[in-house]
Amino acid sequence: MPFQLLRDARKASLAAGSDRVQIPRRSLLKWAGVAAGATLLNSKDARADDATPPADNDWSQSLGAGVVDRPYGKPAAAEAGVIRRNVPWLTAGTESSISFSPLQSLHGIITPNGLFFERYHAGRPDVDADQHRLMIHGLVDRPLVLTMKDILRFPSTSRIHFIECPANGGMEWRGAQLNSLQFTHGMISCAEWTGVKLSTLLNEVGLKKEAKWILVEGADGAHMTRSLPISKCLDDCLVVYAQNGEALRPEQGYPLRLVVPGWEGNVSVKWLRRIKVGDRPWYTREETSKYTDLMPDGKSRGFTWLIDSKSVITFPCPEKPLNGPGLYEIRGLAWTGNGKIKEVHVSTDGGANWRQAELKEPVLSKALTRFSIPWQWDGKPALLESRAVDETGFVQPTLAALRKIRGSNSVYHNNSIQTWQVKPDGSIFDVQIG
Amino acid sequence: MFKSASLMAAGAFFVLSASATLAAEKQPFGYGTPATPAQIAGWDIDARGDDGKGLPPGKGNVEHGTEVFADQCASCHGTFGEGEGRYPKLVGGNGSLTADRPEPTVGSYWPFSVTLWDYINRAMPFPTPHTLSSDDVYALTAYILNLNNLVPEDFVADKDSLPKVKMPNHDNFSWQDPRPDTATKPCMTKCLDPSTLKIVSTAEGQNLTPRTTGPLDDMQLK
Repeated sequence: MPFQLLRDARKASLAAGSDRVQIPRRSLLKWAGVAAGATLLNSKDARADDATPPADNDWSQSLGAGVVDRPYGKPAAAEAGVIRRNVPWLTAGTESSISFSPLQSLHGIITPNGLFFERYHAGRPDVDADQHRLMIHGLVDRPLVLTMKDILRFPSTSRIHFIECPANGGMEWRGAQLNSLQFTHGMISCAEWTGVKLSTLLNEVGLKKEAKWILVEGADGAHMTRSLPISKCLDDCLVVYAQNGEALRPEQGYPLRLVVPGWEGNVSVKWLRRIKVGDRPWYTREETSKYTDLMPDGKSRGFTWLIDSKSVITFPCPEKPLNGPGLYEIRGLAWTGNGKIKEVHVSTDGGANWRQAELKEPVLSKALTRFSIPWQWDGKPALLESRAVDETGFVQPTLAALRKIRGSNSVYHNNSIQTWQVKPDGSIFDVQIG
Repeated sequence: MFKSASLMAAGAFFVLSASATLAAEKQPFGYGTPATPAQIAGWDIDARGDDGKGLPPGKGNVEHGTEVFADQCASCHGTFGEGEGRYPKLVGGNGSLTADRPEPTVGSYWPFSVTLWDYINRAMPFPTPHTLSSDDVYALTAYILNLNNLVPEDFVADKDSLPKVKMPNHDNFSWQDPRPDTATKPCMTKCLDPSTLKIVSTAEGQNLTPRTTGPLDDMQLK
């Protein structure tokens, strides 16, 4: 330690214009303080030049922070702008609202837990996990109350799935409005979920013959409720307590939530406290007044749970423009509630011609899938688009094709192709073409 | 004969041990405790939209609903359900569902009257949800239905009368997802003439987007 101190102090003195190395006695006793002071002086005097060779970096010539300086880690200070954001004018308040994941700054298929998009119907409750209970009742042989300890004893399963709000892109039906990837597509995130298969819990209580639907209910103030057909429940739904290896975040339903893979996000009820088994759906407010799709003829579609094939180019995007002509890797994300992504096509001329992109492993069912394609940009205007095809052969449609059938008032399930306009200066804009 | 039988037995044993991990799935595990009738009664709050199953005893009329509404609801929804600020309107919008700007409200959109009771009971008032008595929730339901001219002034809502209130938009819902509803053959080359392409809409210069760098933006729509 004294060697480091000596070197830092010498460097500080030199930087301060003195050729004498001065080490104040008081600082010798409090070496940490001196080291910090020296670093400050260095960075103040010559930071920009020091960051590149041949000069050394000041962080390479000083002592770093020790272990448990941050007992729960956090991103680098310079990443402070990579955060969930909302559009304040969208909703009456923040308690019944949505925030968007910063897709423009993410690099994989897993959304970090602190950046997973939020959707609340009555704010984020602070649930006491010790007091939390899951009650399962209705058309069952053995109605049960389970504590979190009980739930942790059941065989566990981990799977990677996306969750997307069906209103993702809902502000763009009538025209391009929001000039950022975070707001046009940020109501989607993807995580590894760990918990118990819903089928295991339903087997535990024993379904009666008439059991056809379940009602899932949250412990939040909205007592958020949705009906789900029993076939989906027994197929691939999970009751999870963990997300990316740690306990669920309160924002994501701590201590317990449902994950309904590939279906619109709101059915994956958070803070799950009750499952009722019945013979018919309940037609709750969240599946009648909301989360139904109004068609141009005035009719509405209910129970439109599935997330169809969708994709978006995440680089370049309005937040990440191009820096002069040259070779770039166009990158993006694709997903589908139907299973796996089979192909992604990319166009740089507004959909006249398409090339097949490379899919990056892993390609998982009902999870985000990365794609990329090299592109030599000549500095001329361009219109970038991506188009996903899933394993059922479903092709992501244009907005024009969707509008032709669904009009502009259906709010939900806008899975249309996104167009990014590239201007000669490399800037990118959210546009719609016709 | 004996030999092959023992081979078969060995084979059967092998299959059994191979599935030993699945044997752990033999249920029930016996975890948790039986839900008592009292526990179920406390949390079993749902009322089914289409037939009212689960609606509790109690009743409420339009007049009482007027008072409860003024106390508990009007600050957000307006005295007559017209909505304050960005909080939802509860009345009006009749005939607007095919218009350019539809107004889906309880009266113009909701398919089931019982859903209104269920939603008020579980989620309202917004800051203090699930704190009203069943009688008050019945009264509020009666008042809001009356505001929408769906029940008369002397209507009394209870578990028998409420499911009989037919909502005007009930028949305009389908509960079978008709998707996929778009074409499914991807064109790869010369799919359109690029010279005819026009940008018909752009987000550039609209100034609707909050910042996506730095601290959170509290931008409000002008």
